[in-house]
Amino acid sequence: MNTMNPSISAEAAEATGQKAAIPVTEDRPEDTVIEEGKTVGKPFIDDPKFKLRNVDVSYAGDRAIKNISLDIGKNQVISFIGPSGCGKTTFLRCLNRMNDSIDICRVTGQIMLDDEDIYTSKRDVVELRARVGMVFQKPNPFPKSIYDNVAYGPKIHGLANRKSELDEIVENSLRKAGLWEEAKDRLDSVATGMSGGQQQRLCIARAIAVSPEVILMDEPCSALDPIATARVEELIAEMSESYTIVIVTHSMQQAARVSHRTAYFHLGHLVEVNETNKVFTSPEHELTESYITGRFG
Amino acid sequence: MTDQTQQAEQVRRSLKQRYRKERRFRAYGILAIALALSALAVLFVDIIGKGYTGLMKTTITLEVTLDPDVMYLDDPTDPKQVRMADFVAPLIVAADKALPGATEEDQDALRRLINPYASTELREALKKNPQWMGTTRTMTFLAHSNVDVYVKHQGDTAYSIKLTEQQQAWVDDLVERGLVDTSFNDVFFTNGDSRDPAKAGILGAVVGSLLTMIITLVLSFPIGVAAAIYLEEFAPKNRVTDFIEVNINNLAAVPSIIFGLLGLAVFINLFGLPRSVPFVGGVVLTLMTLPTIIISSRAAIKSVPPSIREAAQGVGASKMQVVLHHVLPLAMPGMMTGSIIGMAQALGETAPLLLIGMVAFIVEPPTGFFDAATVLPVQVFLWSSSPELAFIERASAAIMVLLAFLMSMNGLAIWMRRRLERRW
Repeated sequence: MNTMNPSISAEAAEATGQKAAIPVTEDRPEDTVIEEGKTVGKPFIDDPKFKLRNVDVSYAGDRAIKNISLDIGKNQVISFIGPSGCGKTTFLRCLNRMNDSIDICRVTGQIMLDDEDIYTSKRDVVELRARVGMVFQKPNPFPKSIYDNVAYGPKIHGLANRKSELDEIVENSLRKAGLWEEAKDRLDSVATGMSGGQQQRLCIARAIAVSPEVILMDEPCSALDPIATARVEELIAEMSESYTIVIVTHSMQQAARVSHRTAYFHLGHLVEVNETNKVFTSPEHELTESYITGRFG
Repeated sequence: MTDQTQQAEQVRRSLKQRYRKERRFRAYGILAIALALSALAVLFVDIIGKGYTGLMKTTITLEVTLDPDVMYLDDPTDPKQVRMADFVAPLIVAADKALPGATEEDQDALRRLINPYASTELREALKKNPQWMGTTRTMTFLAHSNVDVYVKHQGDTAYSIKLTEQQQAWVDDLVERGLVDTSFNDVFFTNGDSRDPAKAGILGAVVGSLLTMIITLVLSFPIGVAAAIYLEEFAPKNRVTDFIEVNINNLAAVPSIIFGLLGLAVFINLFGLPRSVPFVGGVVLTLMTLPTIIISSRAAIKSVPPSIREAAQGVGASKMQVVLHHVLPLAMPGMMTGSIIGMAQALGETAPLLLIGMVAFIVEPPTGFFDAATVLPVQVFLWSSSPELAFIERASAAIMVLLAFLMSMNGLAIWMRRRLERRW
C-alpha cells in the first residue's frame, strides 16, 4: 500500500492529479504531512471485535476517510479524538452502516465484525444495527413515553413474548443506564419532558435494551452539563465490562478518563492509536502531541 | 478618540433611519392585513345582510272549514273521491272569511296569498285525520313566495311589485292581526330543491356534498399520503422522480374545469359511469385534491427531524418500521391539516361538477353514491341565476351554510395543528 513518497500530501496529490509536496512549517503543526495509511502506535491487537482494513469513505468523490486500518478490542472502550472535521464521526457511522442513508456516501475497504464483513450486499443492516447500537450527539428520544422509548427496540426485534418480559427488559436497561430511580414513577410520561442529561441516559438505555455487543457513542456528552457528563462517564465505565464501546469525543479529559485505547484522527487520516495513558503521556507522533497539548484543535 | 465619537454619532444616525424603515415596513403590513380584513368584512356583511331573510319563512294561519259541499267530498277514506276532491276551494273560502272586504272576483288574488302546495298539505292532513271532515280547524300554511318576499322587505317597493295594491293591503291587515307571521325557516333545511322558492331547501345539496366529499376523502387521503411517503422516503432521487415532482406541482395549477372535462371524457364517456352522481363527482374532485394533499404531506414528512429517523435506525428498525412507527405518526397532523384544506377547496368547487352533470334539478335528497345529486355550490349557482327574488335570498342563505361548513373545516384544521403538533 504505502508506495507514496512520504513527503507528499494526499490532498495535494488529488487536487493536482500528480504527486506534489507541501512544505512543512514549524509554526503550523496541522500542516504537517501525514503519510496515507500509516498509523503509528499499536493499531492492531489480538482477538479484536472489529477489524477494519484500508477503509476509505468519500462523499461524492471527496475523500473523508483515507485508508484507515484499525482493530477495536472486545469489551474495551476506545475513544476517537481529533480536531473538527477530521472524520471521526464519519468513521464511527461506518461501523453500523449509518452512512447508508446518505446517497452520495461511498465506503470501500473491509470492516469485519467478528470476522464477518458487514458491507457485503447480503448482510442485513437491521441485524447489524441490533448488534451495534448507537447513541447520538444530541439526545434524540422518540416523542413517546419513557417506557415506549426503551421497549421499542425489544418490541420490533421480538425479544419479549410477554408484557412481563418486556417490563423486565425496560427495568434492567433503565437500571443499567442509571435512570431507574428517577424514571420508575413516571414511565408513562413523555420522554421529551426530561432534562438533557436524563434524555441522553434514556437513549443509552434504549440502545442497551436490545442487548447489543457494541455501542457507538457520537460525542454523547457534548450537549450535557458537567454533572450529567460525569453520570454518563460513570455509566460508560460500568458498561465497558459487558460491551465494546466506541466513543467519539472532543474532550481529551473525557477520553483519558473513560477509554482503554485512544485513536487520534487528523484530516481523514488515522495518525496514532495506542493505550490511552501512552497517547496522553508519551505520544509518538508530533501531531498528536500538538493536539493534546492544545497547540491547535 | 474623536474617530470613535464620530463613529458613534454615525451609528446613532443610521439607527434612526433603520427604525424609521422598520416602522414603515410594519405600517405596510398592517395596511395589507386591514385591506384583507375589510374585504372579508364587506363580503360577510353583504352575504349575511342579503341572506338572513332566506333563513326565515312566512306562514299564514287560516280557519279552514272542511265543508263536504265546497270540496265535493263525502267520504275522506275513499282514495278515489279524495283524488277528485277540491282542496283549494276551502282555502280560498277561509282566506275570504279572514278578509271581510273580499268579494267573489277576488278569488284568484286570494289564492295567490297562499302557497300552491298548501292544498296538498291539506289533503295529506285530511288523509291522516278523516274525522276532521265537516269541522273547522285552525291551520298554518306557508304563504305564497310573493307574500314571503313582501313581508320580509316591507317598505321596499322593489320587493312588492309582484303583489297588487289590494293584496298588499290584505297582507298588511293579516300581519297586523298576527295571522301572517315570519319564523325560522326549518323548511330550508329539511327539503330538497323545489320549483317554489318557499318550499325549496338545501337538504338535497348538503347530502350530495357529503356523499361527494366522502368519496373524495376515501380516495385522495390514502393515495396522497402513500404517494408522498413513497416520493419522500423510498423513491430514488433521479430524473424520473424529479419529473414526477414537477408534474405534481403542475397538476396543482391546472384549472379545475379541465378536471371536469377529463371526468366527462374518461369516467362518463369511456367507462360509462352514470352522470350527475356523487361517485363521479368525488373521483373528479379527488384528482383535483391529490396534488394539494401530496405537497402538504411531503412537507409534513420533511419536517420530521432526521434525528428521530436515526434514533429508530440505530436500534435496528427497518426502513418500513422507521416510516410507519415514527415518521408517519409525527407527520400525521401536518398531513391531516393539508387534507382538510384540500377537502375545503373541493367542497367549494363548482366548475368541474357542472361538466359531469351535477347541475340537475334534484328534489329528493340522494340516497347513495350512484343517485343523481347536486352539491351546495352548484345549488347556489342554480338559485342565483333564477329570476325570482325569493330564490336569490335562498342562494345567499345557501352561501352562508356553505361558508359555515368551510370555516368549520378550516377551524378544525387549525385546531388539529395546534393540538396534535409535537415539539422536540
